[in-house]
Amino acid sequence: MVSKNEILQTVQMISEQHLDIRTLTLSLGLFDCISTDKKKTADMVYDKICRLGGNLVSVGEALSREYGVPIVNKRIAVTPIAMIGASSGGYIELAKALDKSAKEIGIDFIGGYSALVQKDFCEKEKQFLLSIPEALSSTNKVCGSVAVASTRAGINMDAVALMGDIIKDLAKKTAKDGGIGCAKLVVFCNAVEDNPFMAGAFTGVGEGDAALNVGVSGPGVVEKAVKAYPSADFATLAEVIKKTAFKITRAGELIGRQAAKRLGVKFGILDLSLAPTPLEGDSVASILEEFGLERVGTHGTTAALAMLNDAVKKGGIMASGSCGGLSGAFIPVSEDAGMIRSAKEGILTIDKLEAMTSVCSVGLDMIAVPGDTPASTISAIIADECAIGMINNKTTAVRIIPAPNKEVGDEVEFGGLLGTAPIMSVHKSSSEKFIKRGGRIPAPCHSYKN
Amino acid sequence: MKAVVTVIGKDKTGIIASVTGELHKLGANVEDISQTILQEYFVMTMLVSCRSVEFEKLSNALSELAKKVGVDIKAMHEDLFNVMHRI
Repeated sequence: MVSKNEILQTVQMISEQHLDIRTLTLSLGLFDCISTDKKKTADMVYDKICRLGGNLVSVGEALSREYGVPIVNKRIAVTPIAMIGASSGGYIELAKALDKSAKEIGIDFIGGYSALVQKDFCEKEKQFLLSIPEALSSTNKVCGSVAVASTRAGINMDAVALMGDIIKDLAKKTAKDGGIGCAKLVVFCNAVEDNPFMAGAFTGVGEGDAALNVGVSGPGVVEKAVKAYPSADFATLAEVIKKTAFKITRAGELIGRQAAKRLGVKFGILDLSLAPTPLEGDSVASILEEFGLERVGTHGTTAALAMLNDAVKKGGIMASGSCGGLSGAFIPVSEDAGMIRSAKEGILTIDKLEAMTSVCSVGLDMIAVPGDTPASTISAIIADECAIGMINNKTTAVRIIPAPNKEVGDEVEFGGLLGTAPIMSVHKSSSEKFIKRGGRIPAPCHSYKN
Repeated sequence: MKAVVTVIGKDKTGIIASVTGELHKLGANVEDISQTILQEYFVMTMLVSCRSVEFEKLSNALSELAKKVGVDIKAMHEDLFNVMHRI
């Protein structure tokens, strides 16, 4: 039997340090739902999701009671709808079918209102992209993502330009809720096909018909572990984080495998991502500050985040052969009490966040900017992020909210896990001519690996 | 299956008697037990075999008992602790 101290450590991790299974995400392939008829396609999608995902919530709740670990979200990710609806053209019908099925089976979110246009897009895919504002503003549980760049393909600057307009339009369509529609849309470079976290979860074309992916979190657990070593050097600190990440990963894999078994699907991947919530003691910023930084965003933040992200990955890889997804540390501003404080104080800026995204697991996440930010500036922010991802062979993403009628100094309240976003300032100098050029930024030299 | 039961709370008389009495009533067998007082707090961990009782029933009964006795009682699947603390 494990020792009393080990038992108490686990109990404390759950009850005091917010260790949780952030999401059980059922990944479903929808290729067998394609037809030339809009209604038929939507009906088949609805039926498949309800049939295979009907037990997801009850299985999650039963496992949570049995193992004593909270399972915060139950979600479904599907094949990019741009492909599933290309033949029938009924994109909005599909968005509504996704929403209806998610409500029917009681899950929190459904992801995959997505397109993969990293190199180029066809007319149907362009139509899909233009449907995003209506689709995400007229549904509650549907999340979308668009891959506009990759290390192999370069950056599709036509798609980047279009995404600036789409994000502005989506913010306008959800203006009465602070532009919340934009919190459900992610723009990717090097999109990950088995990521269980929203808003960017979708089922990649190389994935199977059904698999259960699990996302585990626990910034509070890492913070507590780091706190116990106030003057340790970095090598020691890295070891402490690795050991902690190991334990969290093992808990996640156990529950993920059990969930897959009970749902009768394959176990896919485990994504260990330190994902903060607005609760005190559940913050990635607090870990970085525990390293010795007065405030997150000050000089040294990028180095601290690089070490944290890497140590988390190493601990996860040691613990499980199924680590995948994004695995690392998320830095969503509105969802992290420490980030919110630093952004409000003007210490954490978009420029510093951009530097941080070159070493964290994803990118610029849940950032609110003034409502009058030009579409071309949003596109240019996306292009910068894509460049970091493309050159560094990593996933980067942008989830940005141009909050309607808000200015720097205001804040926008999204509620729940999405938190509160202080409006951050963007550069006033125009990027319009740059974005207007269009075309594709070629893939970098190191993409030619064959 | 086996469950790890943890009991934590302000120390007073009769905690062990209440918990083991409840487990006996449920037909669960205590295989290992460790108890101590840490800074006035009663801390007990037990390994309980619950073959003859549904885990859910055991867990619910212990939650009810926790309210009555005024301590925190948790029952969790043993596997969780093994995977987290053993390579």
